[in-house]
Amino acid sequence: MLHGEAWTVKELFVYPNEYIYWTIQIVMYPFLTGLVAGAFVLSSLYHVFGVTKLKEIARFSLVFSFALLPCAPMPLLLHLQQPQRNLNVLMTPHFTSAIAAFGIVFLTYGMIVASELWFVYRGYFVTTALKLRQKPNRTLSETVLMSLYSILVMGAWDVSHHALEQDEKAVKILAAVGIPVACFLHGYAGFIFGSVKANALWMTPLMPVIFICSAVVSGIALCILTYVITMELRKLIITWRRKENPSLPSPGELGGVETQVVTMTSRYLIMFLILAITLELLDLIFRGYTAVKSWDILRSVIYGKDFTAIFILQYGLGNLVPFILFLLPGLTVRRAVVGTILVLFGVFMMRWNVVIGGQAFSASFAGFMHYHMPIWPHDMETFKEGLFGALMVGSIPFALFWLLSRIFPIFDLKESPPSSSRH
Amino acid sequence: MNRREFLKRSMVVVAGMAVPAAALHLIDPKQLLAAKPDLRWAFLVDAYKCVGCGFCVKACKLENEVPYEANVSRTWVERYVVKKDGEVLIDSPKAARDGFTTKKIEVGEGKFREVKDEEIEKAFFVPKLCNQCENPPCVQVCPVGATYSTADGVVLVDRKWCIGCGYCIMGCPYGVRFFHPVHKTAEKCNFCYHRISKGMKSACVDACPFGARQIGNLRDPNDPVTKVIMTERVGILKEEYGTKPQVYYIGLSKEVR
Repeated sequence: MLHGEAWTVKELFVYPNEYIYWTIQIVMYPFLTGLVAGAFVLSSLYHVFGVTKLKEIARFSLVFSFALLPCAPMPLLLHLQQPQRNLNVLMTPHFTSAIAAFGIVFLTYGMIVASELWFVYRGYFVTTALKLRQKPNRTLSETVLMSLYSILVMGAWDVSHHALEQDEKAVKILAAVGIPVACFLHGYAGFIFGSVKANALWMTPLMPVIFICSAVVSGIALCILTYVITMELRKLIITWRRKENPSLPSPGELGGVETQVVTMTSRYLIMFLILAITLELLDLIFRGYTAVKSWDILRSVIYGKDFTAIFILQYGLGNLVPFILFLLPGLTVRRAVVGTILVLFGVFMMRWNVVIGGQAFSASFAGFMHYHMPIWPHDMETFKEGLFGALMVGSIPFALFWLLSRIFPIFDLKESPPSSSRH
Repeated sequence: MNRREFLKRSMVVVAGMAVPAAALHLIDPKQLLAAKPDLRWAFLVDAYKCVGCGFCVKACKLENEVPYEANVSRTWVERYVVKKDGEVLIDSPKAARDGFTTKKIEVGEGKFREVKDEEIEKAFFVPKLCNQCENPPCVQVCPVGATYSTADGVVLVDRKWCIGCGYCIMGCPYGVRFFHPVHKTAEKCNFCYHRISKGMKSACVDACPFGARQIGNLRDPNDPVTKVIMTERVGILKEEYGTKPQVYYIGLSKEVR
């Protein structure tokens, strides 16, 4: 089977070898790295710049960033024709290529996030492990948790005031170093597209910057959304559990979504959204004004073939509507949730319009290609490069987040040890 | 230290500093040879001579084992029909593997368009293949170095090392690259490297009944291809990308993409 033939429809003159080779998985890749970078930047706002109002969401977004991290390279692996050779990139990196350093940048960033997470939770690990050790009749899960924490402590059992202060200092430094690295990780994804001189739509030096801004937007949006959902779910679960065990704290004691957190965070979201839209429009205006050779075909793609996807779905529904929702006075949590969902959709459409839109026209500038995303898979390839492959990749971070939140508690329970409440 | 001694030593120091570090670099004979080898493959297409029979495409597919029915090809022929009203119609059905057997022009999505003879201003054929660029963007973007330029100027792909990311396909402005349907790795024309390195000509050159395709050595001033490229007016494709293509055309027209 010819790669690309199953979902490409050609119109007018397209070179015989041209197909839509980069599909939904390559849309997912910058979308996910964007979320990773954005979530991390959000958590750093508290750790580095001391925005105390974001205290509640800072730890949450750090864990979420860590959960998203291993998922970012998954779409890349899935789209490779020879996925079993992926390590070749690390073995013989060819550094003139923009993707050769991906593994290195990614691993560096991963180590920064992992160590920051360790410093944030070390105190909690120690106190919990010690407490569980003294407990006479542990359940199996408690024993597992105790040994896991004991391993994770890695011998650093010192929880004196001085030691914990050192931890906080380390967190601050790591968060500060992490911001440029997170931006680099994602700006890098933008560079991969922006540096392809053969593609008229992709080639612009603004691409990395646009990618970073929209990454922060999407990262913040996802954190707000997940924060609200987790808070509500937690309340529901507790109410249900209290029926059997009334000694558990009541939903009121747990505390619900803090409107303050949501309003504050969405203010940052709006800032980055304005920046992203400004740059995107600048790019569009500049292309139209300079009108080089490729403009004719780009115009017919942007204002014709992809009009709905770009102007109605991306700019309209994904940018303008949430913009109004967030700016109208008296922001409620419910409205913020609708806004964040729309923002996430808008950023996804932006990635779509870059990746798929960039392949919507032939390099001959004399024809078009249309991507018909496979819905029901009939073989491995149409699964990987179709709706369900993308849904699979998109849902794994949430499963991972749930799993991680078992080890790294993301909320300050009133009964939890005091050491964990310092963040 | 007396004055004489001081001056002597100063001179040694100054002389030592004057030797640039680069001069101490050992010269690798292989590097020298690569910088100015006595062989640089180049291709010459005479578009005036092409009749669009497609024998070159057929020969290429068979020689290089690109599945015959697959809608990809290392080389292809384009038909240009320029109408009196200025409209340009281009097609290359099945990469012109079976030639152009009908006057109907393929416009994609399985549709065809008929143009009356009297509406046509001019029409011609343009064979296409890999340009074996001197500054190949495909080689630049390969993350693992699986595609590379040889010293004699041909860009090759290592099927055993290619990870199939498709970045080279995206990077080529000429659209010559594709995924091989069987090997699942990047595939492209290599001037039949297995043939030319044994003194033969590439399969398409041998198959062309009209001499529209020729291959030669740019470093040999007596090579007939080199003579034409040096002394006649030849064009190249998509110069604006700065790729320095090494396939030269006689009879290019402004409509050619």
